[in-house]
Amino acid sequence: MSSGCLRTPLFDRHVALGARIVPFAGYEMPVQYDSVIAESKAVREAVGMFDVSHMARLWLRGERALGFLEWMTANDVSKLADGKGQYSLLPNERGGTVDDIIVYRISPNAFRMVVNAANHTKDVEWLQAHNDRGVEIEDETDRTAMIAVQGPKALATLAALSDQPERFSTSALFDVLDARIAGVDCFAPRSGYTGEEGCELVCAAEDAGRLWDALLQAGVKPCGLGARDVLRVEAGLPLYGHELADDLSPIAAGLGWVISKTKEFLGCEPIRRAREEGTPTKLQGLRMAGRRLPTVGAKVFVQGREVGEVSSGVFSPTLDCGIAFAFVDASIPLDTPCEVELRGKREPATIVSKRFLRKRG
Amino acid sequence: MNIPSELKYTKSHEWVRLEDGVAVVGITDYAQKELGDVVYVELPEVGRTLAEDEAFGTVESVKTVSELYAPVAGKVVEVNALLAEKPEAVNADPYGEGWMVKIEVEGEPTGLLDADAYAAVCED
Repeated sequence: MSSGCLRTPLFDRHVALGARIVPFAGYEMPVQYDSVIAESKAVREAVGMFDVSHMARLWLRGERALGFLEWMTANDVSKLADGKGQYSLLPNERGGTVDDIIVYRISPNAFRMVVNAANHTKDVEWLQAHNDRGVEIEDETDRTAMIAVQGPKALATLAALSDQPERFSTSALFDVLDARIAGVDCFAPRSGYTGEEGCELVCAAEDAGRLWDALLQAGVKPCGLGARDVLRVEAGLPLYGHELADDLSPIAAGLGWVISKTKEFLGCEPIRRAREEGTPTKLQGLRMAGRRLPTVGAKVFVQGREVGEVSSGVFSPTLDCGIAFAFVDASIPLDTPCEVELRGKREPATIVSKRFLRKRG
Repeated sequence: MNIPSELKYTKSHEWVRLEDGVAVVGITDYAQKELGDVVYVELPEVGRTLAEDEAFGTVESVKTVSELYAPVAGKVVEVNALLAEKPEAVNADPYGEGWMVKIEVEGEPTGLLDADAYAAVCED
């Protein structure tokens, strides 16, 4: 295994469970334990867990933290109450995206931020470079761990292990449920990256093994990065580096809903222009007619004309076909038949909503 | 890892069983584990003539596409029709039900590895 890679506090557990380990964003991470399909199904039908300790966790504190976050992030931070989180973006000055993030308000002067592992250093440097308001930015990634517990049985499983089970049934998406779970103090927001219910549990690094073991004991299936990617594409969720980037418009990626229409923020002008004028391409879903795997960079054709390119592609166990995201000519409506060029052959597909599971019964 | 001693192997992780001038070809246990759940296998048409090391098909898993290379030169005489319906047989039984093509061998194959030599390739 490549040297110089970091390990999460749960690395030994992954190895003991027989996971295939791959380098990802500077960490040695489990890509699968036994089967990506079995792991994906566990999350859709019951409950699975992911070690997401590689994602970076920051605190922002100070009297001017709110104003700083209002300037640096695209969503309306002022709408957050204590114990509430929101999905958001760090925009750049050019109408592109530095990262997609989640911001939680803990108290009026203290916020948590969770950012992508691959952008950890970039984001911290970006925030520090713009921090002219004396906001204290603390990086707690190394001394904490994070486990995402996801699936239709996730909340019931967590409630049964928790000291305050009633909170899990009365809460809403992005509520923070601070709780002791299996005797471990957790910061537990109701968020995730699978389209299913669940929580992301943040605990002290030294408690992570105990928490993981208790979840395993409770029947939660360990799931790797492979299943995580399948589930997020099925759920229509973007991944930085694929659907979002420094030089891609979040409006083209369909994230206008997380961008404030009222406040001023860094980079708001080019984003506003993109919203008003529209973007030449738009992120859509592709549903393959068969089981072929659409690969990143594959060209999309409508009536022989090249109209776009695949940004992410997986085989969907839920739909039993290949699915993808693609940036395609914004004038093309949904339900248009298309072809995707894979290994020199054009394979039939349809341009569909990227929320692939929305119509699921 | 299962590397049957009676088979021959390639560096690109195909296995070969030679039976009376016909080579049965599939991918190894190591390869199926690396790929993960196989969801689609594209195989050549019967009758196609392959050169040694020529790409003859693809194996697709949930996240990866991998090319298949002919371990021997010759004519494709049969493909495993089961894999169209049940590609997961490649994972479940890579040396049995998961076989891919039969090739009528032309000439002498070069560069096939025995089990020990192939095990060394997997160690790297």
